[in-house]
Amino acid sequence: MSDSPDVTVAPWTGPQRPYDIIKEGTIAFLVVAILTIGLALVFGSPDEPQVTIQQWSTKAPVDFAQTALAELNGTSGTAQYGAPYNTASAGQSLGPFTLAKWLGATIPVNTVRDFVLSPLESQPAAAPLSAALAQWKGASAHQRTAWVDAYTKASAKMTFANGTVSVPTTSAGPVPVMINTLEQMARSGALDQALVTRNGFYTSNFTLPLLFLADGSYLGDLAQQRHLLGTQWGMMNETGNYPGQAWLWLYTFWYQVPPFASSANADVQVWGLMMLFSLLLLLVPFIPGLRSIPRWTRVYRLIWRDHYRSQGA
Amino acid sequence: MSSTEIDRQWTTRLRHRVAHRLPPEKMLPDTQPAYVASWIYVFGVTTLSALAVVILSGFVLALKGPQWWHASGIGHFVNSLHLWSVEIFFFAMVIHLWGKYFMAAWRGGRSLTWVTGVVTFLVSIATAFTGYVSQTNFDSQWISTQAKDGINSTGAGSFFNVLNFGQMLMWHIVLLPLAAVVLTAVHVLMVRAKGVVPPFEEREEAR
Repeated sequence: MSDSPDVTVAPWTGPQRPYDIIKEGTIAFLVVAILTIGLALVFGSPDEPQVTIQQWSTKAPVDFAQTALAELNGTSGTAQYGAPYNTASAGQSLGPFTLAKWLGATIPVNTVRDFVLSPLESQPAAAPLSAALAQWKGASAHQRTAWVDAYTKASAKMTFANGTVSVPTTSAGPVPVMINTLEQMARSGALDQALVTRNGFYTSNFTLPLLFLADGSYLGDLAQQRHLLGTQWGMMNETGNYPGQAWLWLYTFWYQVPPFASSANADVQVWGLMMLFSLLLLLVPFIPGLRSIPRWTRVYRLIWRDHYRSQGA
Repeated sequence: MSSTEIDRQWTTRLRHRVAHRLPPEKMLPDTQPAYVASWIYVFGVTTLSALAVVILSGFVLALKGPQWWHASGIGHFVNSLHLWSVEIFFFAMVIHLWGKYFMAAWRGGRSLTWVTGVVTFLVSIATAFTGYVSQTNFDSQWISTQAKDGINSTGAGSFFNVLNFGQMLMWHIVLLPLAAVVLTAVHVLMVRAKGVVPPFEEREEAR
């Protein structure tokens, strides 16, 4: 065992002073409880209502329809995500390690099926929708791609008026009816329900609606207005003037500076870095140099100043 | 039954071990070394007190379920208690941690006390995070959809789905608080068993 002064210390044989641990604990608890009550009374806590897909499609109908199209043509964030949702991309890598890809698509999400076809199939059988779905199912993959491509090409001129999404194309087969019906479903609130009831009557899993919401611009726009984007110190903040998760400052800091700010692998790199820092913090007592800083800086003299004064040191 | 046989019992051996490592005068001391006289020592017991308020306010929130506080004035107030006690908890814990670092509080066979403290800190961060994504409001929607990318990139998203409200709530109210409380208890018992670290021997260190 090391006899370094950073590792060992002789047991204390000097004077003692009275110490009432129960009294100290009781007073501390009361002070903290009163302080908490005071802060809660004065500042309260933020509670901005949840965003629904109904709200999104009502306030930003074109953004919703464009997102629905992105789910259908495979260009949405979720469609191209990779693990754990699908195998569309390798995902982020830390050097040679593609950790997420190795574990695979353990929470499978097929954006065409889960965000478009299944919700539409859950609707009462209206003639235009039934015909559109039958046409889609009966078509070859090549034909479907041609329809979606035609709709996508014209989607830059997408408009929304009188409750209807319009795109200037006549060669998109059933796609206009599908997108329009999904829009109407969303505006009625039915899509919110259809996405969460995939697993049956009882549900507590909101993976699908949250992914769909996050694929659009609406949620991000609201977050930007509230200074919650990743480039605005992101998720350590919360709505309103509250401290949020201030203890995540170092984690969030890395996203603001190069090379992480512009890295395609920023998430896994920042996580790797924070894991390394956490390990270093955990192992401080065993790391020469790091464990000597307290002795070198002598900050301890402030803490034990009465002791050293009494020692005449 | 012979006394030797009794002495070999697991129960007897554990009792002897506990009594040896943590006699009553260490568990509930009425004196402290004279050097324990600084405001920095307040932050350990402040952290413990804040943890108690966090848990008590969490118990009240649990009584009515995860969405009660959106519709009830009393519920919102209890949520505010929960939030601010968490803020005090982390504030005190971070100062406690830095104070202990500059005391080199791992000296004299106290390395494991330091290690349990750091692990408790990390577990507390995870506990608070799962609380933030379980609020069932805009904050939880935004934080979870942002945080998923970081967690998914490590592969952990395969097991720890931050978009699954039910899973996050269970981690927040059962698994992580249990771990935090057990770790805190172990940490405090280690402090009681080993005592508060003595100052550096200044005469040797003085230049």
